[in-house]
Amino acid sequence: MSDSSKIKQVPAPEGFSGEGFFATKLSEVVGLARANSMWPLPFATSCCGIEYMATMAATYDIGRFGSERMSFSPRQADMLLVMGTIAKKMAPILRQVYEQMAEPKWVIAVGACASTGGVFDTYSVLQGIDKVIPVDVYVPGCPPRPEQILDGILELQNIVKNESVRRRSSDEYKDLLNSYNIK
Amino acid sequence: MSLTNEIIQQTLSQKFTPKVENFHILHDMLAFEVKKDASFEVIKFLKEDPSMNFNFLTDVCGVHYPDYEEDRQFCVVYHLHNWFDNVRIRVKVFLPASNPEVESIVPLYAGANWQERETYDFYGITFKNHPQLKRILNMDEMESFPLRKEFPLEDQGRTDKDDRFFGRTGPNC
Repeated sequence: MSDSSKIKQVPAPEGFSGEGFFATKLSEVVGLARANSMWPLPFATSCCGIEYMATMAATYDIGRFGSERMSFSPRQADMLLVMGTIAKKMAPILRQVYEQMAEPKWVIAVGACASTGGVFDTYSVLQGIDKVIPVDVYVPGCPPRPEQILDGILELQNIVKNESVRRRSSDEYKDLLNSYNIK
Repeated sequence: MSLTNEIIQQTLSQKFTPKVENFHILHDMLAFEVKKDASFEVIKFLKEDPSMNFNFLTDVCGVHYPDYEEDRQFCVVYHLHNWFDNVRIRVKVFLPASNPEVESIVPLYAGANWQERETYDFYGITFKNHPQLKRILNMDEMESFPLRKEFPLEDQGRTDKDDRFFGRTGPNC
């Protein structure tokens, strides 16, 4: 174990504490648990994927934020990271991967290509993955530095922490999925 | 005796005139045109005749010339390579825009299979008797043949791209 004194713990949510007990809202606890153990599913097709490899490795160490375990099965993943150019031929596969993920699930579009198609202003490239699946966080850059990817993940953790436990069964969420024609 | 461009031109002219024409040297490589109904026959001769021996098909590709006359708007170019004498030639077949169709050479060179599919995919040139003529690189649902000049390069569903940032502005901007 590290002897470093710079260990930072996640602060407790707002609540009421007394001797031997702590009371808070269920949504806060669920949000805290979800946000700090996001299992990433890397969907890497090009150079942003290489930056993500650096993000996973020792120097930047995505494990510090509770995302130690890469999930290469969509069924055990919470956070889909799409990194790189998505050709239109790849779009149905990306969609299928998204559909296979269990709720709750979040998506980060990493880099210019995944966000908008980037420099590939052409007939064969999907002009942003938000044309086929809903996206929660966009990370700009071509490719973004590992710090930016980490920033995107921290941004997503913020979203997850504050998400209502009922959001996934709400009509708005169903409308969102319906707008993408995802059952 | 090694195979020279002159010998190739002479042999082909003798055997196939008027189906072959317009012999010229471009980038140190002999090129000529073949009428579309003779393309299979000529390439078969080039491959199987012992004096020609073009045993290897380097490439098949399409070209679109929208400004040419109607019966020469599409072109299929075959690059052939004789490995024994290390001679390369280029065979061009011009096709009409109304019916860009040419005989497949898959029976001669199995390697032509994917290359002809690619040419079909991007130019809509059909190859008669191809074993599986369908799109190879683009998605199956695509309706256009994207390298024909009448189809725009850009994706038509794009919403957030400004032509100015892609160097595509008119002279006044």
